[in-house]
Amino acid sequence: MKLIIAIIQPFRLEDVKKALYEADVNLITVSEVLGHGRQKGVDEFYRGAKETGNLLRKVRLEIAVNENFVEPTIKAIIKGARTGKIGDGKIFVVDLPRCIRIRTGDEGSQAIG
Amino acid sequence: MDMINSGDTAWVLVSSALVMLMTPGLAFFYGGMVRRKNILGILMQCFIILCVLSLQWVLFGYSLAFGPGNPFIGGLQWAGLHGVGLEPNPDYAATIPHQAFMIFQAMFAIITPALIIGAFAERMKFSSFIVFTILWATFVYDPVCHMVWAVGGWIRNMGALDFAGGTVVHINAGIAALITALVIGKRTGYQNKPMAIHNLPFVVLGAALLWFGWFGFNAGSALAANGLAVNAFVVTHIATAAAGLSWALLEWKFSGKPTTFGVVTGAVAGLVAITPAAGFVDVIGAIFIGLLVSVFCYFAIGIIKPKFGYDDSLDAFGVHCVGGMWGALATGIFATKVVNSAGADGLLLGNPKQFLIQLMAVGVTLVYTAVVTFIIYKVVDAIMGIRVNQEDEVMGLDLTQHHERAYTVLE
Repeated sequence: MKLIIAIIQPFRLEDVKKALYEADVNLITVSEVLGHGRQKGVDEFYRGAKETGNLLRKVRLEIAVNENFVEPTIKAIIKGARTGKIGDGKIFVVDLPRCIRIRTGDEGSQAIG
Repeated sequence: MDMINSGDTAWVLVSSALVMLMTPGLAFFYGGMVRRKNILGILMQCFIILCVLSLQWVLFGYSLAFGPGNPFIGGLQWAGLHGVGLEPNPDYAATIPHQAFMIFQAMFAIITPALIIGAFAERMKFSSFIVFTILWATFVYDPVCHMVWAVGGWIRNMGALDFAGGTVVHINAGIAALITALVIGKRTGYQNKPMAIHNLPFVVLGAALLWFGWFGFNAGSALAANGLAVNAFVVTHIATAAAGLSWALLEWKFSGKPTTFGVVTGAVAGLVAITPAAGFVDVIGAIFIGLLVSVFCYFAIGIIKPKFGYDDSLDAFGVHCVGGMWGALATGIFATKVVNSAGADGLLLGNPKQFLIQLMAVGVTLVYTAVVTFIIYKVVDAIMGIRVNQEDEVMGLDLTQHHERAYTVLE
């Protein structure tokens, strides 16, 4: 099992969701985060005072999947999120040792879908 | 100065302040509806209009609108308020200083272009917006105002009734909204349904401020503290109440639940519709005007807009033009000389001619404003580009046009 974490542009969320549904990946957690990578931040001015490098709004996705869904999920995220410009985001794939469904107590690949 | 009535003057000054508050009220009404990356953009557009058009008005706008001229536009005799002093001008208001009338009208000239913002929200460049607004005020608002309200204006002479600006303000801004929405194109990602409204409480707050300010707009248009002002005050209130309720009932029936967004939209539609009629109809007429305006606007926003697929983002056309047209025509239906002997009887009292005159005034405004708005848009677009580039649109107007943001996520 893997946990796929993706940081994407907020305005690509709808496209990513659509691509994921098409790949039959339907379980997803979404949160709003702040951050910046090579894109840097943006300058803001308040009564003439400049504040540089402010963090940008991003969306973070968390998707836990069985091995056979790892590549389709990654492909779907890229399909939905990619604009080709700096700031498109990143995908992290990490091992997931356990997964438990709270309602039933099911464990592992049974619980994940 | 002995002709000046202190009660009338006080009421018109207070009304001017009430109408002034409508523009920031509109800013919150609209600002709550946009995505949160664009709220400052909306607030800023409304606020800068207050600054820029106030100056335009005293420098030459008032003269073009109300100054002596031909049937279509005023001359420049009153530019810089030359000759517009503290004595009354009996052509417009015999009991208040001329400048009181001027500043009351200034607030109308300010809010009218602000209404159009709803059509092109979230995607217009700030610099181009300012230029577009000044040109629109000069070549659309001022002439239409002259034709309908000024002495010698040809729509006025035709006998059209427009008490507080149904034609001059709402149909005018509303049709300009449709034209700009069509030529600027849809927002990126728009799919014929509303995009996330980021702060509904702001929308309700804005609507409440509009309702409050509208007493100045309509009752102030009597230009005196008299019975006519009271009639306008009462029918304004009642039509608004009826329209808000009517919208809630429509939603209850057709989409299951009444919404706060719906009831405040209905109330604003009611305010729009009663505007031209406020000095000519009684309270029963006002109830019909209010109940029905929600039906027309609900239909325009819920069915016509998605069907045709234009992105009138905050429904400036759907509320102001549709509601304004109903109000102008309803004036021709429900008007009665019992309320205002200087007015006319409408269709229901056996005077179909008034209805036709109203129809004609609406038609002329629609055509004139649509054509000139289109030309102004194209000129500004050719010179400096009107729409922000896609990257800026995606990041939002707050950060890209003003280098500020309204809300923080952390801290």
